[in-house]
Amino acid sequence: MVIPQKAIDSVNKNKIGLKGPLATPIGKGHQSLNLALRKTFNLYANVRPCRSIEGYKTPYDDVDLVTIRENTEGEYSGIEHVIVDGVVQSIKLITEVASRRVAEFAFRYAVANGRKSVTAVHKANIMRMSDGLFLQCCREAAEKFPEVQFDEMYLDTVCLHMVQDPKKYDVLVMPNLYGDILSDLCAGLIGGLGVTPSGNIGENGAAIFESVHGTAPDIAGQDKANPTALLLSACMMLKHMGLGTYGSKIEKAAFEAIKNKETRTADLGGKATCSQFTDAVCRYVD
Amino acid sequence: MAAYRSLRLEKYFFRNNLNKRSILGTSAVLRGSYSQPKQNEAVDQRRQFSRHTGAKYGGRYTVTAIAGDGIGPELMGHVKHVFNAMRKRTCIGRDWSVCYRVADVPVDFEDIYLDSAHDADTDLAHAVLAVKRNRVALKGNVETKHLKPGFVSHNLLLRVSLDLFANVIHCRSIPGVSTRHGDVDIVVIRENTEGEYKSLEHENVPGVVESLKVITRESSKRIARYAFEYARQQGRKKVTAVHKANIMKLSDGMFLDTCRQMAAEYPELKFEDMIVDNTCMQLVSRPQQFDVMVMPNLYGNIVSNIGCSLVGGPGLTAGSNIGSDFAIFEMGTRNTGKSIAGENIANPSAMLMAGVELCRYLGLARHADVIEKSIWRTISEDKVHTPDLGGTATTSDVVHSITQKVQNEMRKW
Repeated sequence: MVIPQKAIDSVNKNKIGLKGPLATPIGKGHQSLNLALRKTFNLYANVRPCRSIEGYKTPYDDVDLVTIRENTEGEYSGIEHVIVDGVVQSIKLITEVASRRVAEFAFRYAVANGRKSVTAVHKANIMRMSDGLFLQCCREAAEKFPEVQFDEMYLDTVCLHMVQDPKKYDVLVMPNLYGDILSDLCAGLIGGLGVTPSGNIGENGAAIFESVHGTAPDIAGQDKANPTALLLSACMMLKHMGLGTYGSKIEKAAFEAIKNKETRTADLGGKATCSQFTDAVCRYVD
Repeated sequence: MAAYRSLRLEKYFFRNNLNKRSILGTSAVLRGSYSQPKQNEAVDQRRQFSRHTGAKYGGRYTVTAIAGDGIGPELMGHVKHVFNAMRKRTCIGRDWSVCYRVADVPVDFEDIYLDSAHDADTDLAHAVLAVKRNRVALKGNVETKHLKPGFVSHNLLLRVSLDLFANVIHCRSIPGVSTRHGDVDIVVIRENTEGEYKSLEHENVPGVVESLKVITRESSKRIARYAFEYARQQGRKKVTAVHKANIMKLSDGMFLDTCRQMAAEYPELKFEDMIVDNTCMQLVSRPQQFDVMVMPNLYGNIVSNIGCSLVGGPGLTAGSNIGSDFAIFEMGTRNTGKSIAGENIANPSAMLMAGVELCRYLGLARHADVIEKSIWRTISEDKVHTPDLGGTATTSDVVHSITQKVQNEMRKW
């Protein structure tokens, strides 16, 4: 399956996109279309800000971190071979170009958004060359941004401390697989994929913002879905485009709507439908 | 009130350990079966799951002790102290100075040095030989200097040389430890020899590094068999396979298929599979849904660390590395704890729990129960907590409390 040419032309023309979920079959079938999109438009960094939502209680308050994940290579290169029957090898690709690009993006993001520190997450004790290269690029980028504090930590240590005390972390930058897992872990801390925004940033200001939850075919078309993730992603998009005031306004309204028990959707423990929630957000914006 | 609390703890402890048999080891019997005709493969593999049957000299086992770096040496010392605390003083006539080794743990430790000061190839070879000789080891973590070119983690090399294919970490909520989630009881079984940890990397073109992740059907079958046998023998209800087969279709796909095929042989156990990122999300929102989890190497690293963290941190959980012939017991999260080394604030419970698992593996269930109960009492009833659990006690305080309880228990023997 390939991306339709019309979609490619549209994104190339407009540079900014907003996307809903796409399903990928497990263990067989076509390659993930999400991945294909990222490769086609060279969206090299996936940014996922995770902030505790006031009004939706989880065991974790005070989460305020951003995961920045290398989006084009790493373990998701899709290069797999059957060597002999019963032995499969999967190749993890780390390049200097991509690592440098995402590392510098992470520091620029930290500076632009007033974040204090960047932590590189890696497993260089085991994957010495690949994660070592990634780490080296992060170190070099850190030297160019002395105002931002730089830290490096093993992946397992980060997971360990994240679950006990997420306040410790600010901006996290890492290769593809670790980023996938850690960003979902952080999403779980604040309430799940239904409330987490996400943006894929490419070169020259191009970006596609998306909701990262599944397609949920069981509740499709029933006005039950929670639009928060897509809405917050859209707010991220507005901020990226320089329309930050509008973005903040809508974001605030969305948080107000979640705070109010009457207007919360079912997955957050409320009883409102999708349209009722949307109406509530519109009301709060005005 | 204290008596009531104690009784409640007894019941909790008893209920959780009712079916606890020794951690599954694999016996030396298989080694004698080279000349026998090839039996049914499943029967062959099942015969593996029995306890250590290495040699006993004078009724005592010899265990290799690899202290490692950081907090390893001090914690190893505490384990030896607690094991010896089981010694009973006896009075002969009026002479209390005579002391018989009546009920101490019948284990002698052979100290082997493998750490950042002893990191030559010969040191590693000695360590491997020592574990092969004694069949079982208790280990701290050896620091990996990943900046040194050509250096491969010695912890990894030890595990791979001895083919310790299963890493078992039992994460259990302990009453008295305040955590965000209660009632957690997860066993993480992680493939320990292959996957992303093959250390096969090369740089074909400058600036482009390839790292190979290798998954084999044999190893997947082995770990799946271990996981299901473990679940069956320990009376667990569900096995969850954790994977990323939507992206890594061939490698994790094969792992998943192998687990599914194995599940068919254990119809009494519920089997489900879950993608690793969803697993992490579920672990931090609703960890009570998980029972036994089986997965390849890297995901095991992540999930076990999350699991340990859910129940109170790296200071409370032990990890076992089990192979067909050998076993190594260590702290679950494999930390060196460099930053707190020598300050007497490390939590000794994890290393002591590793000692408990060691005793069970050696068939010393009674000793294991006494030490485990003493650890739990210290943490839950007396609440002697080190800083990682939010308290102010020192390591020595905790060890002293545990030792006293052990000695009290021994008087009843």
